[in-house]
Amino acid sequence: MELYITELSKYVIALLMALYAYEAFAVFRFGNERRRSGIYTRQRFLMIAVHFSCFMVICFETGEMSYLFFFAFQQIVLLATAALFHVIYPGADRLIINNMCMLLSIGFVMLSRLSYEKAVKQFLIVACSVALALFIPFLIQKLKFLKNLTWVYAAAGMAALSVVLILGSTTYGSKISYSIGGITFQPSEFVKILFVFFVAGALYQSASFKEVAVTAAVAGIHVVVLVVSRDLGSALIFFVVYVMMVFVATRNPFYLLAGAGGGSCAAYIAYRLFSHVQIRVQAWSDPWSTIDSAGYQITQSLFAISSGGWFGLGLFQGTPESIPFVEADFIFSAIAEELGIVFAMCVILVCLSSFLMLVEVSLRLKDCFYQLIAFGLAVTYIFQVFLTIGGGSKFIPLTGVTLPLVSYGGSSVLTTLILFAIAEGLCMVRRDEEREEQWEERQRKKAEKRNELEIADVWDEMEEEKV
Amino acid sequence: MSGMKWKKKKSENNSKSRNSLPIMTVASVFVAVFLGMMAYICHYSITHRQELINNSYNGRQQMLIAKNVRGRIYSRDGDILAETVTDSEGTERRAYPHANLFAHGVGYASNGRAGAEAIGNYYLINSNAPLSQKAANDMAGEKYEGDSLYTTFDVKLQQVASQALGVYKGAIIVSEPSTGKIMAMVSKPDFDPNQIQAFWDELVADKESGILLNRVTQGLYPPGSTFKIITALEYIRENPDTWQSYNFYCSGSLVDGSDRISCYHGQSHGQENLARSFAKSCNSSFASIGLQVDRLKFHNTLEGLLFNKGLSIGMNHSKSRVDVSGDSTNAQMMQTAIGQGTTGMTPLHLNMITNAIANQGSVMKPYIIDRVENSVGTVIKQFTPSAYKKIMSQEEAEILKGLMQGVVEEGTATRLKGLSYTAAGKTGSAEYSNVKEDSHAWFTGFAPAEEPEISVTIIIEGAGSGGDYAVPIARRIFDAYFE
Repeated sequence: MELYITELSKYVIALLMALYAYEAFAVFRFGNERRRSGIYTRQRFLMIAVHFSCFMVICFETGEMSYLFFFAFQQIVLLATAALFHVIYPGADRLIINNMCMLLSIGFVMLSRLSYEKAVKQFLIVACSVALALFIPFLIQKLKFLKNLTWVYAAAGMAALSVVLILGSTTYGSKISYSIGGITFQPSEFVKILFVFFVAGALYQSASFKEVAVTAAVAGIHVVVLVVSRDLGSALIFFVVYVMMVFVATRNPFYLLAGAGGGSCAAYIAYRLFSHVQIRVQAWSDPWSTIDSAGYQITQSLFAISSGGWFGLGLFQGTPESIPFVEADFIFSAIAEELGIVFAMCVILVCLSSFLMLVEVSLRLKDCFYQLIAFGLAVTYIFQVFLTIGGGSKFIPLTGVTLPLVSYGGSSVLTTLILFAIAEGLCMVRRDEEREEQWEERQRKKAEKRNELEIADVWDEMEEEKV
Repeated sequence: MSGMKWKKKKSENNSKSRNSLPIMTVASVFVAVFLGMMAYICHYSITHRQELINNSYNGRQQMLIAKNVRGRIYSRDGDILAETVTDSEGTERRAYPHANLFAHGVGYASNGRAGAEAIGNYYLINSNAPLSQKAANDMAGEKYEGDSLYTTFDVKLQQVASQALGVYKGAIIVSEPSTGKIMAMVSKPDFDPNQIQAFWDELVADKESGILLNRVTQGLYPPGSTFKIITALEYIRENPDTWQSYNFYCSGSLVDGSDRISCYHGQSHGQENLARSFAKSCNSSFASIGLQVDRLKFHNTLEGLLFNKGLSIGMNHSKSRVDVSGDSTNAQMMQTAIGQGTTGMTPLHLNMITNAIANQGSVMKPYIIDRVENSVGTVIKQFTPSAYKKIMSQEEAEILKGLMQGVVEEGTATRLKGLSYTAAGKTGSAEYSNVKEDSHAWFTGFAPAEEPEISVTIIIEGAGSGGDYAVPIARRIFDAYFE
């Protein structure tokens, strides 16, 4: 009986996930939220179905029905999140929230399977973070002075990173975290958002060579501090986000080329200077020769990805725990092993759908500041996804960043929730813009009418004079 | 006036149309990169699945072994060649009913793996048994039944080949030219895989006789006169219109400066053309050809014939080596042309070249696993013949076939003449030490010559001449096949 359930569930879960991923793209066929609402309802149903099926399997495999309570708590939080966002911010984008909940639930499933303790911790962090994130769209919509804090963002960001570099604790060779009162933070996660605000603030009015040069210097400090802290993944994210935002703000492809050229030189210098960069690159180009040392993580990850096949081995049927730091840096490999390549590809598609939604938000916005923020956050998000999945599958060298919303890690999940909440706030900004446009349109029409009347009067007068 | 103002304000504020092109560009690039990455992950994970699970650092292999009983290995007609026997205490033992007979072909699965046990390991440790059976196994607290391999091995041919080789060291490979299926693979000395654990230390310590070595795929031997097939091919390639008028007078040896090449037992063959030189295996004539051919072209021909490179055949094997370049000296060319000097070939490689001659110039990829079946006989995977490489033209293959028929009709392999089937082949007596009498006996050939169905490549270490020792074995194998 158990066997039939676990075998059958593999296909059911993959199918449900594939349907969800399909709907996540079907949304883009329709221009307005009202026509999309049918899709959103179906998505929510599919989300619950995937989440529930996975937990059923976990219950059967562990023999502990108590997991169902855990499932119930998770589902309550997720449903409440979706409902509250919808009620408080009726005009906001629901696909982002749906995708957010879907990815969170996949994270809960994998963490419950890997380590119950960590799953509970993560759940509590998510619950608190969501409560916090609910206020953010309001703040973005109302606090217009956010545009003027450019140098505050820069100073705060650089300070936070420097504090970690000087005082932070070293974990596995990287200085990336800092503890206050027993809670460990990874400031580089939050600074990503500050950085996007900084670049948007500095470039939205004018993006002449002078502004670009000044921001480049600040961006350079961020990146160098991160490289010295050995947080290569974050350093890369800052760099790419900066180059892309400059390209959009200036609309000048020269900056893309300059970024690519400068980036290559910087990468080469970093490669020559830092042994930890060399080790990463070597572990990528040939992990098999150092399979018991530098190449261990990546080869174990490849073993996991390749062992599941299209539909996976089933939850608890594989050995993803053989990959060091599986729950943070290699959660994607664990998903591929136990839930299958089909499911894993759908996870990538959901990430891609979230990215496109963020891009859509930025395309709709008229205000350049907000547009740059939406775009910068979109790139921040998708490039991090690219680094973690590409790194774990040996597509690119490994940099050790988390898969947003899915991986274990409080700072990471809080940052991503804030990021998505800001996007919701930007949707509200867009709504205000639309209202203003409509009002302006009405004013314009009124004025035109008045002009016409005046002209008509003049004509009348002239006619009279002639006569 | 006010209308103008509106318009101006609008264009200042409207970043929508201004920035949408760069945003769309960046978004498209990311989408493209992600699609590429997804394709890469799918392709990599599916195509490397077997290779990665066989890696000793991959713990999943142990997981599968703990879950499934290792599957059986069968011959082509369903004889059990290997199976796992579980005793009443639940201890598993791998049993090989034919003991020594398939020591190298089927191999072993403890203390490392070899042969079909290694090549098919992935299938053997996996189970595609029907769910109902697995559920029943679960109820009874048993392991699942692993999938079985059906090999291409023919027990009868293997027995004949093994008996014919007797107590000699050496190797025999029997295959089907049109498909690449290996029907028999004998390497001696051999061992009993049932006892491998008990004798492991001894086998490993015994470096001299190389018992564990599969001489068919890993033994590198001087090819001796069998290499004349290749020298003849080069001569024909360089002289496509005039090779038939080749002429040489053999006085028993050829001298170039201080170097001398002698014919076998100093025999003089007199006036001969290419066909007769080949049939009689005249060393002097072929050494002379070795001096005539273009060294660079010969180098290219040898590369094309898969020398000096690994074969992608999924089996452990040695690389055949030969050294011909623009810098080769006359002495080296004379030696190489008759298969002596530094040249080394595996019997498998020589068999592949033989198969190309029998198969209109193209080599089929040699293989030993025909299909994988689950516990109730459903085919899980069927392996099909695949072309490996076309190494010579159809015309060249026909010409070489004619030359090899001549060897049987009037040359060194006349022991295969006048039988119910026609055969073609080439003998060799490869000297491997300074003592002139010591030579390895070679034969490589196929039958029937018109429509080849079976090919054999035989080497008997230190036996003597190929015509006297290897050809009779070929005959016994052909007889058994056509019986």
